[in-house]
Amino acid sequence: MSHLPLRGLIVLEFCQYLSGPSAGLRLADMGARVIKIENRKDGDGCRQLPIKNLWVDDNSLLFHTINRNKESFAADLKDPADISLVKKLIEKADVITQNFRPGIMEKFGLGYEAVKEINPKIIYAEITGYGKKGPWKDKPGQDLLLQSMSGLVFTTGNAKDNPVPFGISIADIICGAHLVQGILAALIRRQKRGVGALIEVSLMESLIDFQFELLTTFFSSGIVPKRSAAHNGHPLLSAPYGIYATADGFIAIAMATIQRIGNCLQIPALKKFQQEDAFTRRDEIKNVLSENLVTKSSDHWLTKLRADGLWCARVMNWKEMQESEGYKVLQMKQTISNSEGKKITTNRCPIRINGKRLFGENPAPKLGEHNEKIIEELIFKSVV
Amino acid sequence: MNLLEDIIVLDFSQFLSAPSAGLRLADMGAQVIKIEKPGSGDICRQLYVSDVMVEGESTIFHAINRNKQSYAADLKDEEDLKKIKSLIAKADVMIHNFRPGVMNRLGLDFETVKAINPSIIYAEVSGYGNEGEWTGRPGQDLLLQSVSGLTWLSNNNNDQPTPMGVSVVDILAGAHIAQGILATLYQRAITGEGALVQVSMFESIIDFQFELLTCFYNDGNELPVRSKINNANAYIAAPYGIYKTKDNYLALAMADIVQLSGLIGCEELKKYTDKSDWFSKRDEIKKVLAVWLARETTDAWIAILEPADIWCARVMNYSELINEEGYQVLNMDILVKTSSGLQIKTTRCPIRVDEKILTSSIGAPLLGEHNQQIEKQFLIS
Repeated sequence: MSHLPLRGLIVLEFCQYLSGPSAGLRLADMGARVIKIENRKDGDGCRQLPIKNLWVDDNSLLFHTINRNKESFAADLKDPADISLVKKLIEKADVITQNFRPGIMEKFGLGYEAVKEINPKIIYAEITGYGKKGPWKDKPGQDLLLQSMSGLVFTTGNAKDNPVPFGISIADIICGAHLVQGILAALIRRQKRGVGALIEVSLMESLIDFQFELLTTFFSSGIVPKRSAAHNGHPLLSAPYGIYATADGFIAIAMATIQRIGNCLQIPALKKFQQEDAFTRRDEIKNVLSENLVTKSSDHWLTKLRADGLWCARVMNWKEMQESEGYKVLQMKQTISNSEGKKITTNRCPIRINGKRLFGENPAPKLGEHNEKIIEELIFKSVV
Repeated sequence: MNLLEDIIVLDFSQFLSAPSAGLRLADMGAQVIKIEKPGSGDICRQLYVSDVMVEGESTIFHAINRNKQSYAADLKDEEDLKKIKSLIAKADVMIHNFRPGVMNRLGLDFETVKAINPSIIYAEVSGYGNEGEWTGRPGQDLLLQSVSGLTWLSNNNNDQPTPMGVSVVDILAGAHIAQGILATLYQRAITGEGALVQVSMFESIIDFQFELLTCFYNDGNELPVRSKINNANAYIAAPYGIYKTKDNYLALAMADIVQLSGLIGCEELKKYTDKSDWFSKRDEIKKVLAVWLARETTDAWIAILEPADIWCARVMNYSELINEEGYQVLNMDILVKTSSGLQIKTTRCPIRVDEKILTSSIGAPLLGEHNQQIEKQFLIS
């Protein structure tokens, strides 16, 4: 078996920014030919959206990160000539992804019903912010807003902190991952039964699913999750679960019984707590741990904890991670050259197939870079 | 037809990472059979959280393992192992998340399994991969967050490293292994060939940070600097963050500071006309904003900002969320029932197929509940 299981599939990506395009990137890395359909004027808005003002060429480093290994077809979806070209591509495509606000693709005449007429076997996959019904359907599907509305910001940080968002676009990324799952499952059915599918996900439903353990516990207890007063690692978990300062850094300690940790670290003050106290008195227990751990080095504590088989780790930043053996052996980095030979370093796909890592070294496309090639290969050839 | 109808999955995994993948496959129509140790089963059965228990088992076990079957087997017992091998011969997918080496010792490693069933998809989730010095380390969520730099992204700059309060590493690794399984099942539907699919929690949590790590790699290894107050993303300019109001909180995404200052009537912010200051001076801008926004209620601010197309939202906890029409219209809640009659409320699969939500009322299995049924189905004894 090939290590690129999606070879031969054609995906048309009518998406911008991160949610939909992260799904396209995963499909591309597993072997699909992913073609971004971009407006002729400025294309995917992400092209002009830099992080820390980092640019590779006319396009931001961020755009290059999310859109490597894809092609670009520029088209004005309001122009009948371009629409007819796009419809010819749809005839050849296996999958369409789109993350416009509800109703926009229909305005272009490219809603699911219209597309199904052209290609009944297509997998049509779409991302919205909040679904297509209800009072929130037209709200902006923006990551921080979704985190704030879904309760997620009350899981992180300590009890007295303001609500603390995740410092990464979790809604976009998890929703993109769900879209990929739906697309692939629908492709499996298509292969067996010859039928297409409409796959829909929303940022809100994806973030609710992400919190399914916490929500199920909330439904059962009626109590909203409470962050611990200090060293909160997960609002549902007992002491010692959390991160603690030591004399020279920070260490993380996961689940362990109070007695084991007390014996291992030789902290007599922990003796007064029973295992039944691990959740209800977690603030006090964490406090005792904290006062003791700060007196000696991370190495001192980690050596003791590891010797007893307790779950612990040194807290590292990216520089420290990068120097570690555990990171190097993964080979998560890859270097890519853009069309002018400018090199960027980024990550590869995290999935290995048949023992092989999946690298995708083609750079992100220039806007409309592949129009001619795509017309030649997918439209002209099929007519002749 | 369900997307994954007729797909049989043997799930040897425990806790959350790989079992969350099994749940997704089950919800899309696969028959997912948990292979569990007699007596104790999936350790997650005993992992109580917040002291909340359902039928003597943890709420999270019920959330993760609904819609699955349970087959109890002692993998160290020859008879049981023989039965398992008969199941493997008929399965489409097997999943495990044992530490590296365990499946070899049990005689259920990929090479052995492939000899029994050449078209099987063999999927494994590890903590740190199968090579190098870290392979034996525990693949636990908080620890992976801690070694991967992730804890330096959330909360304010003077705060300690702050882990994300959801098991994000487990969930992402589960999402990735599900992707790999599905992609190879697709190829198998064409070629008939099996595959080995591997994901590690470490690779998954690095992938999660790919946008920011790419900045780090190409920017002379500059570490992230969280803003001093109201941080929501170390890489995004003011006003991006959550602010206290007179009665609650307000989330503000990207916005033009000058326009914002006009709308909320804050003269002091008018001077920030240079867009690059919105990043470089974000701490001082946020400080002014935080004081100003505390003067009015969340509703009052939203009434001003939303009509002007400023991206903002009310901040809600679970109690507030579930009472909103916008939440209820999604129909995310489902009731599942265990074979002993216990009902549990949980949430459904987030994917909709052909305009239908995917639901199931089948609760998590009792340990070994389906041994007889499965032996009958697969004609083993």
